[in-house]
Amino acid sequence: MTVLCRRRPGYPGRLLELHDPPAELHLCGEHLELLAWERPVVAIVGSRRAGDAGLGMARQLARGAAAAGALVVSGLALGVDAAAHEGALAAGAPTLAVLGCGPDVAYPRTNRGLYARILAAGLIVSEYPPGTEPAPWRFPARNRLIAALADAVVVVEAKVRSGALITADHALDLGRDVLAVPGWPAFSGAGGTNALLKAGAGLIESVEDLNGWLGLEAPAPGSADGDPVLAALRDQPGYPDELSARLRLSPAELSAALARLELGGEICRDGHGRWMPGSAARAR
Amino acid sequence: MMEAAGRLGLDGMLVAPENAAEAALAGTVAVLAPTHLNEAVAVLAGTAPVPALPAPASAGGDAVHPDMADVRGQLRARRAVEIAAAGGHNLLMVGPPGSGKTMLARRLPGLLPAPTPGEALEITRIASAAGELAADAGLLGRPFRAPHHSASVAALVGNARLRPGEVTMAHRGVLFLDELPEFNRQSLEALRMPLEDGEVRISRAAGSVLLPARFQLIAAMNPCPCGLYGDPDRECGCAPQRLAAYRARISGPLLDRFDLQVDVPRVEAHGAGGEPTTAVALRVGLARQLLAERRPALGDEAEALLRQAADRRFLSGRGVDRAQRVAQTIAALSGETEVAPDHLAEALSYRAGSLG
Repeated sequence: MTVLCRRRPGYPGRLLELHDPPAELHLCGEHLELLAWERPVVAIVGSRRAGDAGLGMARQLARGAAAAGALVVSGLALGVDAAAHEGALAAGAPTLAVLGCGPDVAYPRTNRGLYARILAAGLIVSEYPPGTEPAPWRFPARNRLIAALADAVVVVEAKVRSGALITADHALDLGRDVLAVPGWPAFSGAGGTNALLKAGAGLIESVEDLNGWLGLEAPAPGSADGDPVLAALRDQPGYPDELSARLRLSPAELSAALARLELGGEICRDGHGRWMPGSAARAR
Repeated sequence: MMEAAGRLGLDGMLVAPENAAEAALAGTVAVLAPTHLNEAVAVLAGTAPVPALPAPASAGGDAVHPDMADVRGQLRARRAVEIAAAGGHNLLMVGPPGSGKTMLARRLPGLLPAPTPGEALEITRIASAAGELAADAGLLGRPFRAPHHSASVAALVGNARLRPGEVTMAHRGVLFLDELPEFNRQSLEALRMPLEDGEVRISRAAGSVLLPARFQLIAAMNPCPCGLYGDPDRECGCAPQRLAAYRARISGPLLDRFDLQVDVPRVEAHGAGGEPTTAVALRVGLARQLLAERRPALGDEAEALLRQAADRRFLSGRGVDRAQRVAQTIAALSGETEVAPDHLAEALSYRAGSLG
């Protein structure tokens, strides 16, 4: 465990851009060099209760950006945060987690395994001393650190009132790029992200979009072009029956096509049986 | 009892007149139903003629099941029900309240072929032992049992006084468990033996007995405790931990017993009505005959696809076996004798285990 004091060497300069930089920074993990990451740093945040599609997107974005050289920062919360950390680790890259409790407190319990993996391959950061229990008011405060540490903040699925939007607000105040993944208007998880987009946030639909914003080169992965079901889903996600009608396929033909695309990691399903492009986060 | 009498080679059996019709269903030995003790003595003494055996009532299968034509839309779920009926597969339906899960489940028994005379007799015998046979009922058709989720372990699997449980009452028919995660965990775990062996062991003070319990399990559950998870129009109020706990109530081994899992999203009520039961039952009947003669073999391409799915951890070890059996059913439904890759791919689309 390490403590960094403000105005001492090693304290991340980015945090000094805050009007209330933490007096002390408590760290768990060996990889202190991550605080001086020279390539782009991207925060990926969003709903704790994101669907498979949102989780898949967060994981894909994190994986793609990390593979291209970005450092992924998030808050180790359930849902999008965890998927972002997972994605970065899946790319064999480090990731940085900013906690709203002591850096030695693996909270939430569900993410204990993930906490351990980040501890080994990345860095856990908090402004609270070791042993500090999580408290609701500490999480919004933590979000300002996430924003300050990043060059860009991507919001993946967020309701109109959510912690992820607090992070985005801080990012705006600090002059960081604010990016958002659009969502279907009737879906409450799209309320926050679509509002950001209306207010001028950068629109992110793919790893290529994100890496473009970050100024990173990424090898374009090949995709199964020419598949009518995939094309239709890229056009608009949908339920199987709706797709059967749109594509004039029998339920049997459509089911077979969906399974093949899912097996190829091209599409995934949300918790309600709706299919869309993207691969689901397999790890919980 | 009448069957036992038949096996022992007895000439006839004296029963109370109220039970005469039921006893005659067994079709084994003469049923004597004297209305008075003197009459019984006369028959036994040979001074009165043995009364003629009443004609057995019509065989089972005449139970009226609701029709598939009533189900609007839900094409993929209907297809899953058809496959389940054709292959006798256990089916899990996941969808919000009011999406039609129960409606679909109730229509499944109507797709199954009428029980053979032997099966009908088993079904009737169980109902009789449980005291649930109406006096004028003939041989019964396939049962559809839908115990409430508050049902105890004893109510589900049977108790020490040998009252048959729901698993036995559903023998040769369908056991429907609505709101599956709301059943208590012990009850769900107690289903595993009957699901595996087609019978259930009930322990008593002096030893134990085996009761038949060869049923098809159809279960339904909401996507989350409040039922609104993923709903495009309304907000789900379930905390993430509560959602995880809800889904964790269905243990892996139990989930593993479902050959098919299908989402039943809520659809517009004005979707088109579907094919009637008679049309679907025809395909089901043909597929069942094909499967009984010879299960379709896996083609090379299908085999490769199955291996690919297993390698990518789409399927557990048990899942590989199940996907293969479902693919065979799908092949049989299209009259094929070999499993094509499309049959296998479709089977994979119904694999159980991904609860959102």
